[in-house]
This record gives sequence, structure tokens and C-alpha cells, in this order.
Amino acid sequence: MSMPAEPTGALSQFHGGLKLEGHKHLSTRTPIALMPPQDRYIIPLMQHIGQAGDVLVHTGERVLKGQMLAQPHQLVSAAIHSPVSGMVRDIGNYPVPHPSGISAQCIVIDNDYKDEWVEHSAVGEECFHMTSTALRRIIRDAGIVGLGGAGFPTAVKQTEIDIHTLIINGVECEPYISCDDMLMRERAREIVAGSEVIGHIIKAREIIIAIEDNKPEAIAAMQAAIEEDTTGYFRLQAVPTIYPSGGEKQIIKVVLDKEVPINGLPNDIGVLCQNVGTAYAICRAIYHGEPLLSRIVTITGHGVQHPQNLEVAIGTPMQACIDYCGGYNEQHSRMIMGGPMMGFAVQSDQMPIIKLTNCLLVTSDEDTPALPASTAHLPCIRCARCVDVCPANLLPQQLYWYAAAQNFERVVDYHLFDCIECGCCAYVCPSRIPLVQYFRFAKSEIWEQERQRKKADIARERHEAHQARLAKQKQEREEKLRKKREALKARPASSTAVDAKKAAIAAALARVEAKKKQQDVAPKNMDNLSEEQQQLIEAVEKRRAQAVNEANNETNNPATDQAHTSADKH
Amino acid sequence: MLTVVITLAVISAVFGLVLGYSAIRFKIEGDPVVEQIDSILPQTQCGQCTYAGCRPYAEAIARGEADINQCPPGGEATIVALADLLGVEVKPLNAEHGTVKEVKTVVRIDEQVCIGCTLCIQACPVDAILGAAKHMHTVITSECTGCDLCIPPCPVDCIYVETVEPTLNTWKWELPAADHVAPRPAK
Repeated sequence: MSMPAEPTGALSQFHGGLKLEGHKHLSTRTPIALMPPQDRYIIPLMQHIGQAGDVLVHTGERVLKGQMLAQPHQLVSAAIHSPVSGMVRDIGNYPVPHPSGISAQCIVIDNDYKDEWVEHSAVGEECFHMTSTALRRIIRDAGIVGLGGAGFPTAVKQTEIDIHTLIINGVECEPYISCDDMLMRERAREIVAGSEVIGHIIKAREIIIAIEDNKPEAIAAMQAAIEEDTTGYFRLQAVPTIYPSGGEKQIIKVVLDKEVPINGLPNDIGVLCQNVGTAYAICRAIYHGEPLLSRIVTITGHGVQHPQNLEVAIGTPMQACIDYCGGYNEQHSRMIMGGPMMGFAVQSDQMPIIKLTNCLLVTSDEDTPALPASTAHLPCIRCARCVDVCPANLLPQQLYWYAAAQNFERVVDYHLFDCIECGCCAYVCPSRIPLVQYFRFAKSEIWEQERQRKKADIARERHEAHQARLAKQKQEREEKLRKKREALKARPASSTAVDAKKAAIAAALARVEAKKKQQDVAPKNMDNLSEEQQQLIEAVEKRRAQAVNEANNETNNPATDQAHTSADKH
Repeated sequence: MLTVVITLAVISAVFGLVLGYSAIRFKIEGDPVVEQIDSILPQTQCGQCTYAGCRPYAEAIARGEADINQCPPGGEATIVALADLLGVEVKPLNAEHGTVKEVKTVVRIDEQVCIGCTLCIQACPVDAILGAAKHMHTVITSECTGCDLCIPPCPVDCIYVETVEPTLNTWKWELPAADHVAPRPAK
């Protein structure tokens, strides 16, 4: 077995940390088994940090293996793909593995067991003649996210600006988890090939593969793979087994003796860290043209019959994995996704395996010291043990104090956002204070306040725009009225309009007059009347005139003109 | 003697010029206190404070006409921040102006019932309702501040309040219950 040239004693050490019982042997006794295909896969849209992608398929559509189901539309987002060929059964809300236990949008695929691949092509060795941007595009389209547990979209992280060192993180410091260990033992050459591609993208001068010294088999396998490579590009570094040396900032401190600045990122000091699983996924994408469809998951703990590592398609129900490992045994109490220090309890085993599921830990109660059964705890006695173990050099008791008092300004002053939530402080706390939960609470409250502030800014802007619009409309209306008024004033009042009206009235009167004249024709039988007849007619006329006069007097109406005209007639 | 007079005169002239220039160059537009108050207010524009929006309320506070406890959407956090800024005592929310909502809400229009009267569009202070006369209206929920001002004008009561459910990105961890202290179980 070839060990690294540098003795581990010469390495620097980060502050604090814990020596924990590894329990890794539980799941490393058998090689990685391939999980058999399932009838149904549930693929959540959110399996990464950032925004969910846009769904590209619809219910009832037939999809092929490797077909993109959702495409990233924002920078920090990731694609998801169908792990099998089959039919989209549903797109809707299903419970997803998340500390909240809330449901989120998922795409459900029914397997047709035909295993038909979508058209895909591998870039292969050609990648070393391609630009970083083109390669990042491939990695982005392959839906690759950080498989160490954080799930940050990998392509976003791979900047080539001022990066000199790439650290391939095979430390895997958390107890029970062994998926990276087994991956390195069995697929070392692929990891090295993937690392070389990342090194090309970020133009790194050196690639350091860091592995904890409790994994001699993995170290040997990786060393053998490196020796095949003649570029002298790679260096393997065994690091002491101290939790949490797998943290990005901690591993940089151990391997390079450099510290990432407060609120900074590793690329501020020219370093990029990638998990071995991520390097393996990149190898699959570049040399086989395959998107991220599966990952290695450690099924372990004292609550499961045959703990082992499985290669599981994303979207496989957790229960199927447990069943494959022989099911639960009598002592099982609960299931944790992730390790005992940083993981969270999952509410149901019907939830799917996602890209971030590195481990399913089925516990008996003594397995999870850092996860208190309830949040009830004793008061802080200020023993400062948490300060001694904090790998980020923080003051957890002060942070706890201010987080509990919801004094968020002070929490930020004490560098809450440098907390990596490793759980060391809570592990050593003699009062069993769930410190990490306090810190997570404070973090999410601060993020919420930030969201509210942004929303308020948008609302203010929109309200101002609203008021500007109203003012503009009012002004326009006034302007219109003013113009109309002016136009009216400009025309003399007695001219055309009034004249036209008068003319119309006159014309109407004339028409009436003409009609009357027409009707006023003398009756034809009025000639040669006898005296008697003449008298009768006169009497009738007289009566008629009288009646008309009476009617006029009676009503005394303003239409006297009319009476006169009718009187004139006679 | 003359030197002294000239020196002092030159110095005062120089300072005068500097002050005069900075008075023009660094002139502050508007009242900065109003800006600061306005930035604390939640910008719901609901008018529950009796003023026609957050900014008028901020101006009223700056003038000393309004009290700091008239903003129900802001709740205690806003009152504390205002008290902090203005150096006055924190006081409980004035119940006359309403109560603090337990959860965040937005409104939604029942599009089957909407008659397209545009009354809600006119009421919305942030233009978050889309529609036109005799056409269906809809709320842009991402822009809705939850002020509920559109509900009273609706002639067919087709606007209803909906709580905003947390997503994976907006879900918050709970504060652990610290007051309930249990003795450590014996091992």
C-alpha cells in the first residue's frame, strides 16, 4: 500500500473538532450493489440550493432515460432528468426529504422497463480542447450538483479566475457514512478522470485528493489510479480523522494551511473543493454523456438488517432501498437522512432518494447522540466546551445567547454565517442544548427578514410607480378638459351653431305654415248656399270659436299663441 | 497687526468658500429622517395607520403628528425599530388600527365570478391586479402585499384571502422551546 509522501504529523490542524466513533465498518463489508429498477420514481424539482428549474414535460408524456425533465432558467439552479424510460404519471406536490417535512413539486415517472435512452453523446478526450464555458454548459445540463451534501450547482462554482488548487474531497468525516469511501475503492479511475476535467475547467495547477486516514483501502485505490496518470498533476493527501475535517474550510486549513476569510469563499484564496462523488458524476457526463441519474447511498445503522452501499437511481423511494437491505429490524427507532451529526429525521420512508441523499441512517436510540429526542434542555452553564470544539473558531454560547433572545444583529456580529452547522457544540454540550437548531433558527429568521426587506423595496417602487401613473392620468385628463374649454372659447357664441339652430326652427315653422295653408282650402260646396244654410254655418262657426276661447281661458296655458293663431284662422 | 487681519480674512474667505460650495454640492434633498422611517415601514400601503400609504405615515411620524404604534402589518418589530431610530419608548400596537396578522396572506380573485368591473384594480396600491373593463382580472400574487384594500370595493365578493404557504426556500426553523427544561435522563 502506497502512502502519501508527507507524513500526517506535518499537517496543520483546524481549531476544535471531535474524535468520533466511525461506525463505518457497518456498511463497507460488501461492494456497492446496484439497486434494481422500481415501478415508480418520484423526482423533486428542488434537489439543490437555489431555484427550481422549469418543467419541460407534461402529464401523460412518454419520456426516455436521461431525458431532461426540468431545465435551469436561473444561474443558481439545476436540471433534473428521468432515471428510466416510461410515462410521466403526475406533476404535483409530494413529501420530499427536507427538515420541514413539507411537500414540494415533484415529477412522478412510471417505469416501462424498456430502459430506452434518450439520444446522448460523450465528449470524451475532446474535452481538453474545449473552453471552460462549453464544459460548464455540459455539467450544467447534466444536472450535477455538489454531492457531498450541500447540493450547490457545480457549474456555478467552477470559476477559472485565479484558481490554483483543486481539492478533491474524499474525507467523508461524518460517522456511519461510507458512500465516498466505497466509490473511491471501486471507481478510483473515474474519479481521477473527472477530477482532471474539473482541473482543466478551472485551470488548476495542482489537484490534491484528500482522504481521511481511516480509509486505507480507498487511499490505496486512489493512489494506484493516480500513478497511472503521468502528468504529475495529482497529489494524494491523507488527513487525520477528526470530525469535521471534511468541511470545505477545514480541509483547506488542513491541506494547504490557509484560511478562508470571514464571509468569503474558497475561491477567494484560489482554491476550489469538489466532492469525489461530484468528480465521478462529471466523469460520467463527459466520457459517457450521461446526466446525473443515480448516486451511491449508504444504507446503514443498527436499525437495518444488512447495512451496505447501493447505487440508487434518483427518485427511488427510500423504503425500496431499506427493503433491498433486508428491511428494518426490531431495534429501529427512526430514519435520518445524512449522518448522525448533520442529518435530519425524515418523516416517512415513502420519500424519494434525492441527489443530496448520501446516507440513510436507520437508528436505534444510542446511534444519534447529537440529535436530542426533544428540544427541552437545561440552562447554559457557560462551561465553554462548545468554544473548545468549534471548528469555525466561533463562540457558540454567545451565539446561542443572542439567537435565543432573537437579537439578530448581535448574532451576525458574532459571525453566525460562518457556522457550518457541524453539530460539535451540541454534541459536547452538558446541558443538551440543541445549539445548531438555535443557529439554524437565527439564520432562517435573518434570511426571512432579508426577503421581507427586498419585498418591501419592490412594493415601495411599485407604489411610487402607481402614484406617478395616477398623477399622470389626472394631468392628462385636465389637459384634455382645458383644451376643450379653449376650443369652445375660440368660437364666437352667436355664430354658426346658434344660427343653424335658428334656421332649422324657421324652416320647421315654414313647413308647418305651408301644410296648414294646404289644409285651409275652402270647401268646394260652399257656393250658392241658401240663406238658411248660411245661417247654420255661421252658428256652427260661432260655437266653435266660443269653444276654442273657453278652452283657452280654462287652461290659461302659455300656448296662448296657439289659441290666437287658431282664432286668426277664423 | 495687518498680517493678522489679512491672515484671518484669507482663512475666513477660504472656509466661507468651502462651506458655500459644500452647501450646494452636498445639498440634502428632502428629509433624511422620513427616508429612514420609510425604509423601516413594511410598504404594505394598506392605510390602516389612517394615512394614504407608508410614506405619508413616515412623514407624519417625522412631523410628530402620528405615533409609532399605528402599523399593524409591521407589528412589534417595526415599532421596536422605529423606537430605536427615533429614540422614544417602545409601546404596544394601537388596537384602533387593527391587529397583527398571524400569517402572511395574499388575495386571489375567483375568476369564475369576476365581472371585470376594474374597481379592485383602482384600489390596489401597488398595481398588483391585472385586467381591463369587462375582462377577467387576476392578482399577481408575487407582488401582492396582502393589504386587503381590494376586498371592500368588489361588488360580487369574488376576492378571497389566502395564506402564503412556506416553500422549501422560505421555510423557517423554529426557535427551540427553551422554557421547558427537562432533567437529563439517566444513562
